[in-house]
Amino acid sequence: MQNRSQWGTRLGFLLAAMGSAIGLGNIWRFPATAYENGGGAFFVPYLFALLTAGIPLLIMEYTIGHKYRGSAPKSLGRVSKGFEWIGWWQVLISFVISTYYGAIIAWAIMYSYYSFGQVWGDDTTGFFTGDFLQMTDAGAFGGLVPTILIPLIIVWVLVLGILLAGVKKGIELANKIFIPLLAVLFLIIVIRAVTLPGAAEGLNEFFQPNWSEIMNGSVWVAAYGQIFFSLSIGFAIMITYSSYLSKKSDITNNAFITGFGNSSFELLAGIGVFGALGFMAQSTGQEFTEIVQGGVMLAFSVFPQIINEMPVMSGLFGFLFFASLTLAGLSSLISISETYVAGVQEKFNVSRTASVLIGGGIAAVISIAYASQGGLVLLDTVDYFINNYGVALAGLFEVVAVAWFARGLKDLQNHANSVSDIQLGGWWRFCLGFITPIVLGYMMLQNIRNEVTGEPYEGYPIEFLFNFGWIVALGAMMLGAVITIKRWPNRDLDYKRHSSVETSEDKEVAQ
Amino acid sequence: MTGSAIAMFVIGGVIIWGGLLGSVFYARKVAKTKK
Repeated sequence: MQNRSQWGTRLGFLLAAMGSAIGLGNIWRFPATAYENGGGAFFVPYLFALLTAGIPLLIMEYTIGHKYRGSAPKSLGRVSKGFEWIGWWQVLISFVISTYYGAIIAWAIMYSYYSFGQVWGDDTTGFFTGDFLQMTDAGAFGGLVPTILIPLIIVWVLVLGILLAGVKKGIELANKIFIPLLAVLFLIIVIRAVTLPGAAEGLNEFFQPNWSEIMNGSVWVAAYGQIFFSLSIGFAIMITYSSYLSKKSDITNNAFITGFGNSSFELLAGIGVFGALGFMAQSTGQEFTEIVQGGVMLAFSVFPQIINEMPVMSGLFGFLFFASLTLAGLSSLISISETYVAGVQEKFNVSRTASVLIGGGIAAVISIAYASQGGLVLLDTVDYFINNYGVALAGLFEVVAVAWFARGLKDLQNHANSVSDIQLGGWWRFCLGFITPIVLGYMMLQNIRNEVTGEPYEGYPIEFLFNFGWIVALGAMMLGAVITIKRWPNRDLDYKRHSSVETSEDKEVAQ
Repeated sequence: MTGSAIAMFVIGGVIIWGGLLGSVFYARKVAKTKK
């Protein structure tokens, strides 16, 4: 029986888990979400969501991976045979996300290079959508853009190389370099941003509490959504990563460190982004409401404008910002890709090399579509649907399946308590059994209501939204069910049999 | 910055960064006692 890969150190696991959680959303999603949902007052629902859903869910996923020692499909299948498809569904969601994540990292690499000459000129939006992406009409693909395709190939060579090197020598080592480097780069950015003229006004906009918003239900949904999407929960990642922990590893405190580490970076990103936006508002005389944006346009349109306005070392500031995006993106892409590498390897009984080359190779080929002139519209559509009707729904199914159908929380609590420094009590089961399913369920209902009553997403053609939004999101769910039909090699889902084999092997080693 | 904005910065920072540092120090403390 082949030994399962393991992290070399606890720090290695924590850096990899934080590297997965700290992604592009921390930098470009959190600051705008907080600003639009009550500013400083947003911290109340945000912290409540972190403590009642984010960290409890992390603990649940860590415990499932640690106890059942397999990829997400195998681990969830060992909780109950019927849940294997939820694992495959999550793995396929990660597969879809990995196809476009690489393209965004490729943009960030090019923008790191462009920063030194401020190649984007004065019309930063026009440069991004026109000269750089060469955008065509929504729904059309157009030709390939070499300035995106070449860095995209570099990204995939790097990521697949890291995955081929294995868990300890590849993923752990890469994160031990990427995450401390990212922390240092981002600290430099934040220090520079808050010392710019006008930064205090920007920070005031970010932290000024609007207490009337706190009674608004949508603000609470936004807080739970931010925590949920930011922590890499419901992606199959944390189950896979924790399955590489040694048997006596702590679970609960590791989840607290990961959760607070992710939020610490988000808060730092908010300070850096709003310090820089305050400077821009002052130097251009624009109102805050005009310049605050989230997502792709914050990074690739607003930030280049800020860089243009900077008095000294603007090129270096730009390079550091886009290098940070690249590092945050790479550490997340590695974790996203590891989910299907582990899943394919176990289910189809192939070597890790074959699994990386098959799974990663297919993802890399599909990602070329995002290097086309229609790449941004495709990315925006797939991202919207796979997050709202993939990640959130699969997360809801996972927690309901484990808490309600399998009634597995007590068993998982006992397992976590047997190895952890911090003991779990009834609060943990209450959060997962009631609060999390209710909030996630409400979120889903609200999304569906908006979809039915609102305009088509971003005004894109309905046929395009159907083909690349709904079909991709629902297709992941259905394909997950199809893969589940194939039998596991060596009766791998039989947890009791395998855990007894492992225990006897451990005893032989001890003798 | 206004007083309420500074207060939210301090409260948010203490809880979030304090939570991270507290968890890390607790892990180190437990690891030392186990040795």
